[in-house]
Amino acid sequence: MTEMTGLRAWLLTDTPQSRGQARLASLYQGWLAFRRNPMAMFGLAILIALLAIGALAPWIAPHDPFYQDLTARLQPLGTPGHPLGTDSLGRDILSRLIYGSRITLYIVTLVALIAPLAGLIVGTVSGYLGGWVDMVLMRITDIFLAFPRLVLALAFVAALGAGIENAVLAIALTAWPPYARIARAETLTLRNADFISAVRLHGAGPIRIITRHIWPLCISSLIVRVTLDMAGIILAAAGLGFLGLGAQPPSPEWGAMISEGRRFILDHWWVATMPGLAIFTVSLAFNLLGDGLRDVLDPKGEK
Amino acid sequence: MTPLLEVEDLWVRFPTRTGLFDAVRGVSFKLGRERLGIVGESGSGKSMTGRSILRLIRPPGQVTAAHIRLDGEDLMQHSEAQMRKVRGQRISMVMQDPKFSLNPVMSVGEQLIEAWRVHKKGSRAEARRRALDMLEAVSIRDPERVMRAHPHELSGGMGQRIMIAMMLIPDPELLIADEPTSALDVSVQAQVLQIMDRLVQDRGMGLIFISHDLNLVADFCDRVLIMYAGRVVETCAADKLHEAKHPYTRGLLNSLPRLDAPQKRLEVLRRDPAWAQAPSVRPS
Amino acid sequence: MSALFFDDVSVWFGEGRDRVDAVRHASFRVGHGESFGLVGESGSGKSTIMRALTGLAPDWSGRMAVNGNPVPRGRHRNRLFYKSVQMVFQDPYASLHPRQSVDQVLSETLHLHGFRDIEPRIVRLLDDVGLGPAFRFRYPHQLSGGQRQRVAIARALAPEPSILLLDEPTSALDVSVQAEILNLLTDLRAEHKLTFLMVSHDLAVVAHMCERIAVMQAGEIVEVMGVDEMRALTPAHSYTRKLLQASLGYTRG
Repeated sequence: MTEMTGLRAWLLTDTPQSRGQARLASLYQGWLAFRRNPMAMFGLAILIALLAIGALAPWIAPHDPFYQDLTARLQPLGTPGHPLGTDSLGRDILSRLIYGSRITLYIVTLVALIAPLAGLIVGTVSGYLGGWVDMVLMRITDIFLAFPRLVLALAFVAALGAGIENAVLAIALTAWPPYARIARAETLTLRNADFISAVRLHGAGPIRIITRHIWPLCISSLIVRVTLDMAGIILAAAGLGFLGLGAQPPSPEWGAMISEGRRFILDHWWVATMPGLAIFTVSLAFNLLGDGLRDVLDPKGEK
Repeated sequence: MTPLLEVEDLWVRFPTRTGLFDAVRGVSFKLGRERLGIVGESGSGKSMTGRSILRLIRPPGQVTAAHIRLDGEDLMQHSEAQMRKVRGQRISMVMQDPKFSLNPVMSVGEQLIEAWRVHKKGSRAEARRRALDMLEAVSIRDPERVMRAHPHELSGGMGQRIMIAMMLIPDPELLIADEPTSALDVSVQAQVLQIMDRLVQDRGMGLIFISHDLNLVADFCDRVLIMYAGRVVETCAADKLHEAKHPYTRGLLNSLPRLDAPQKRLEVLRRDPAWAQAPSVRPS
Repeated sequence: MSALFFDDVSVWFGEGRDRVDAVRHASFRVGHGESFGLVGESGSGKSTIMRALTGLAPDWSGRMAVNGNPVPRGRHRNRLFYKSVQMVFQDPYASLHPRQSVDQVLSETLHLHGFRDIEPRIVRLLDDVGLGPAFRFRYPHQLSGGQRQRVAIARALAPEPSILLLDEPTSALDVSVQAEILNLLTDLRAEHKLTFLMVSHDLAVVAHMCERIAVMQAGEIVEVMGVDEMRALTPAHSYTRKLLQASLGYTRG
């Protein structure tokens, strides 16, 4: 116990002795602030559980998600051996949901890496350099924003061919413009800040200022926004899956599962409802997490 | 005669990671129809004192006091609804920067008229007339034009005068001015102070003037409280401020560069932890 | 040759109808090792002159020179300029990057100027500005206003400049902290043989720090005087007299 309090004191010190300690201490203080928000902690717990489920899928799934048993098709909830029932081909819904979490995580991770990064680069360059660069980049952004998102994604997938990778690409291509807008707005307020002027007076060039001084201040609000958008991204992926343009059968992608279950929705409601509930839970978890992160990360909330 | 305002044993506390932080510790004073200056450095609790009189400290901050009496009525016993009537009607507050206190999308005239109609009953025409009177009272030369202007079209001094005009509409008994001239140039500062000075005298208001500027307070106020670390360390007549005894007050006065007396080095204030521990001084 | 030379400098913002002439035909020189003050009310253009010199206000005409080297137009200056001229900003709460520790700020600055021996230099800079090594890994939010301003001064001193531009360096600070910072600047000037160009609205501060003072009104320099004239309250121009009168204190009218 004394060791714990020693560690705590070391992390909470106002006089860190080294770079590492300073960095860890600020992380720890962020964590303390985050921990005070119970809803955000709840969201985080769900997402950690999702990660664990995805990682341990082969061990915790009761059945092979692709194994069809036509004699046991459309079994209701609570059937022995199939707690969440089976679908139209007699596949175990629980197992399919468990394996589907991997696909969801895959999509979410890829989109969360590509879209904000593209937005960050476009937005900060545009905001910092201004002039014609800003004009050109922002008009391109406007063009992307002018299309309804799902329609644009549909067009991309139609052009590139159906499949998870292309769905991810399509979603990322349609998701970056809002991030570019946010990053640009932040950059405009930072561009003339005294601390930016100060590094300029030491001869720092635009690339250095953008990547080292502006990015760290934009990234937090982007992380918050991405987490809040994550629900939308999952739904877009599910939507593409539902329309048959994302993951292809027999892949247990949640959207595709809803799409398959749709035909039986009146008599066998659980087939579509269970993946729906999974999407709902994960989206909610990301939203709660995003709210909590906003309190911790958003520099405007700081003193 | 009961004083206009009596504050007795006022504490303001904020919870922090390491326990409760006392921003104001046991401050007591009485105020008549006079100009009382509260001076101190940032973090001395001077603004907190002003805000807590209006009960404007937001949770998690906590305000406790034996009493805060306005004309004998204890504000600490008031409900939030009753406090809303006190704020603006009987006690007004002028803040440092008028930009944040005026509504940017309404013209000055609309804001003044609305402020008047919130507090008084009467027609729009009358409200308008009173608003014009008010602008004249704060020495605005072309009130008709200023009525149509939006806050961003005004200079700092003009904005601050309009704020004062707005605060004076309901005829408050007490005006709390928190660094009202710190954002202004010296020449404009003098104008604004003159206006406040005249209004206090003509209307018999009480004024609490919160400032970090010792010279200004010495010239402008009748009495001064000097605050340090949430306590009143010294109190004196304003014109005797330069003869103050407390080492903190002396230190502050001596750390100022002077136009009339060149110094090689400025005196640096040596802080004594005992200052923060001694109980608040009670003004006579 | 002067450390700073301004000849017929005009600075403006915007173009066409929106053009605002912030500084008009300003000429003055600052000798080596001299401390020169610019005073005036807000909007008089006193800070704008500094910003034009450093490239933060790019639209100007006239001639400016640093140690005899003409200053080019536009935003960019050469390495020599950044090595010889540095600036301390008004608000220490805005002039430090909120996510960078003192150590990061100083090591990046030293790196930008091509120094190799960063480690000992950081220690020495912190020592120079009266901050011990304990402050090295703190973030701005863990520092008081005065400590932040000391970090900003350390950053300005990092390239070992000969000229320091001080833009109201103490107006955001308490008077007791102001005294500490002004004393620090006085010491540093003696120690490093610095030339100061200081902007302030506080005449007493400028009188304390500077030997010669230019008074600005509405973009123009109306008077340049020695500090003794100012202390004796015998300026030539009526505006200067008015300014001095106002800063002597409030008199009940």
